[in-house]
Amino acid sequence: MPAVAFTINGKAVSVEAEPDTALLWVVREHLKLTGTKFGCGSGLCGACTVHVDGRAVRSCQVPMDQVGGKKVTTIEGLSPSSNHPLQKAWIAEQVPQCGYCQSGQIMQAAELLAKTRRPTREQIVAHMDGNICRCGTYPRIVRAIERAAREG
Amino acid sequence: MTEKQATPDTTVSRRSFVKGAAGLTFSFTLGGATLGRPSEAFAAEGAKLNAWVTVGTDNAITILCPTSEMGQGVLTTLPLILAEELDADWSKVKCEFAPNNQRLYGGAHKMFPGAQVTLASVSVPAYYMPLRLAGAQARKVLIDNVAEQWKVPAAELTTDRSTVIHRRSGRRISYGDVAKFAKVPAELPKIVEADLKKPAQFKLIGRKDIKRVDVPSKVNGTARYGIDVQVPGMVYASVLQTPMDGAKAESVNTDEVMKIKGVTRVIPLPFGIAVVGDTVEATRTGRNALKVNWNTSEAKAAPFDSEKAKADYAQKGSDPNVEAKEWYKVGDAAKALADAAKTIEATYWSEHTYHAQMEPMNAVAQVSEDGQSAEIWVGTQVQPLAAAVVAGALKTTPDKIKINLQLLGGGFGRRIWPDAPVQAAVIANIVKKPVKLILTREDDISAARPRPMTHHVIKAGLDDKGNLTGWHHRIVAENVDAVAAPPRFQATGGQDIIGWRGMEQEFYTIPNIRAEGVREQRGMRVHAWRGIGAGYNKFVSESFVDEIAAARGVDPLAMRLELTKNHPRASAVIKAVAEMADWKRKRPGRGLGLAFADYHDTLTAGIAEVSVDRATGKIKVHNYWIAADPGLVIQPENALAQIESAVIYGLSGALSEELTVKDGAVQQSNFGDYHVLRMSDVPQINVRILTTNNPPTGMGEIGLPCVAPAIGNAVFQLTGKRLRHLPMSSARVKTALA
Repeated sequence: MPAVAFTINGKAVSVEAEPDTALLWVVREHLKLTGTKFGCGSGLCGACTVHVDGRAVRSCQVPMDQVGGKKVTTIEGLSPSSNHPLQKAWIAEQVPQCGYCQSGQIMQAAELLAKTRRPTREQIVAHMDGNICRCGTYPRIVRAIERAAREG
Repeated sequence: MTEKQATPDTTVSRRSFVKGAAGLTFSFTLGGATLGRPSEAFAAEGAKLNAWVTVGTDNAITILCPTSEMGQGVLTTLPLILAEELDADWSKVKCEFAPNNQRLYGGAHKMFPGAQVTLASVSVPAYYMPLRLAGAQARKVLIDNVAEQWKVPAAELTTDRSTVIHRRSGRRISYGDVAKFAKVPAELPKIVEADLKKPAQFKLIGRKDIKRVDVPSKVNGTARYGIDVQVPGMVYASVLQTPMDGAKAESVNTDEVMKIKGVTRVIPLPFGIAVVGDTVEATRTGRNALKVNWNTSEAKAAPFDSEKAKADYAQKGSDPNVEAKEWYKVGDAAKALADAAKTIEATYWSEHTYHAQMEPMNAVAQVSEDGQSAEIWVGTQVQPLAAAVVAGALKTTPDKIKINLQLLGGGFGRRIWPDAPVQAAVIANIVKKPVKLILTREDDISAARPRPMTHHVIKAGLDDKGNLTGWHHRIVAENVDAVAAPPRFQATGGQDIIGWRGMEQEFYTIPNIRAEGVREQRGMRVHAWRGIGAGYNKFVSESFVDEIAAARGVDPLAMRLELTKNHPRASAVIKAVAEMADWKRKRPGRGLGLAFADYHDTLTAGIAEVSVDRATGKIKVHNYWIAADPGLVIQPENALAQIESAVIYGLSGALSEELTVKDGAVQQSNFGDYHVLRMSDVPQINVRILTTNNPPTGMGEIGLPCVAPAIGNAVFQLTGKRLRHLPMSSARVKTALA
């Protein structure tokens, strides 16, 4: 089995996996970073969203043969002590219910704020529309992103 | 439904009181938890005692939560109730799950006495009184110990934030310091309701600034769900689920799949084809490579086609001779309809819906060498049921099954039935290694336990003055209780408590009512889905109230206020929502629709403001207002969140969710063809909670039942067309408007 070397949350790792293995499973089961969730396996729900070289991607759709040399960031690596403005805003707005989709929501939102410091509501909805939350925390997600943008 | 309310015996009896090395452990069982309708699944278990609350010498207080956390916030709410009466310093409280033990941790809800269950919005009502009594008793023990130590009368001692205080001498001592010397009386003090705080004395209950304890772990990836568990030496499994119960694999391309690197076993089982392997990815590749010929000759669902079956359902809806079981009755509806000056009749439909919980079904199981005991890691709504059903599958007893409860990535009813733990245990027993089973999303849907497809015939009789004199509602559907709760279904003589919920009209004064159910038996694995029967039954009855109002030329608001005239709390939520939405104000190009619903003693009314794209048939909900009366509210901020959540779940079900079935098999496969609501479809939601000092009732589902009828009624106001089929998808709306 080929070894793939890449960086995850600032740490260099080398993982043996088949080339077509999804990054999601390497992150979750090989590296035991279980904050990234499996939801659909088809890029339809956003629960598995991580950053690869700063871009939000569905890790269930990223095969390992495209990960070599890349910088991967998961929810565990978003901030050194869970103090990213989005994480603070998520707590202030009491966003999560079951919480299962929230790592993906936060990683998706983090990409937006990195690109657009003060997104409009329309920009937020357009950027977040691929991430499903079955508990229906959408109104609070919008409020939390607006708060994070405001409070930085 | 005439279920007599059991009066819970609120005395707290002593079972054991153990002084642990780290502090005091208060243990007690709560009396009166007699099983009303004992089912095999809820059979009593071993008598090992555990504790509700531990006071550490370091002042940390650990309080157990008896039910599962699936997003509804019980991991905070229930310990908070105990902490209130204990007068605990909330900042020092740790909340942990209670183990599977319903002798110790069974609730006191009238519908499920003695059961440790997380469903039907009953966690708070079931445990509100038991947990307060438990907290007050623990507090009394601490006070008595201090009284003895300080040689002062117990009556002179008070408490505040984990401190016992003697005002006369000015002395204070923390609960942690009391735990260092406290002795446990042979007989624990008896606590009665009169010993408890009055609501005006509450320091924690009702506070708006109390946050959920699980939220910090849910924003940094540390929250642990069933799917996150790893145990040493485990292997992975994926199971291609049988398309329907009773389907048998006639041929499987085992040799081909075994060639896939990392696949170690391919095992045909009654519930599907298991692919076992060293990595999760190998099992998924293996599962996707399976080619199976299913023999469905013995599968009951095989002939079922949800489209073609509608003719049968419709025939049974109108057949006066078909067996229809009575569910709810007032007066003589048949006579009232026969004598009516005018009758109105309509037929309604709803399609199967799928839970679509974000965490696909999964479990980790480890089975002993002899196959007679097992340890399970799973997020389940009903720990005792998981233990009982796994025990049944392993041919052992429930006390031999240890459940390690994890967080649930959504429940909504799907995690009541423990199919994943059973499958994991069966596979683990075969391979003799711990097994982590994760269903693919496709298997999660094909193994759906959906809300049933339903057909309704509903009739009203009016006298010559236009008064509503008779009401008749017949539902034709598969009975959920028959599948999900067979012992109860037997005991009630075939009442579908889950599927028929919502056909009763307890808050409307109508002199003659009959609600009845006709049973379909199609072999579908129908189950509870958030809001259960109230989801479709209130769509039907509340749409029909508007049909009656239209026939009488009466305002739908006035009609509902007239119907609820004998129930002031019901009128109050209706008036509140009408005021919130400014009901009388017309909006150009938009319609307003109103609905009222009760669900397990919580009352609610909702108003939807909609527009319709006539070219596509798409309904856009712009605003939704909702008022609810759940009695006393424990955590107001979470109560708001729960209502928002159920409204959005209800919108999703009302507008887009639909499972179709062909040859017994579900046709949808993933979120590409099963459409759940996304952010861009969410309206402005405005919630008002009417807090009263009535006993707390449930919050988790009450936001749902009004949504669909409010939307349908709004579309009628806007277009004059009545929508009578859930979901009100674009295609259906377009047809209705054509």
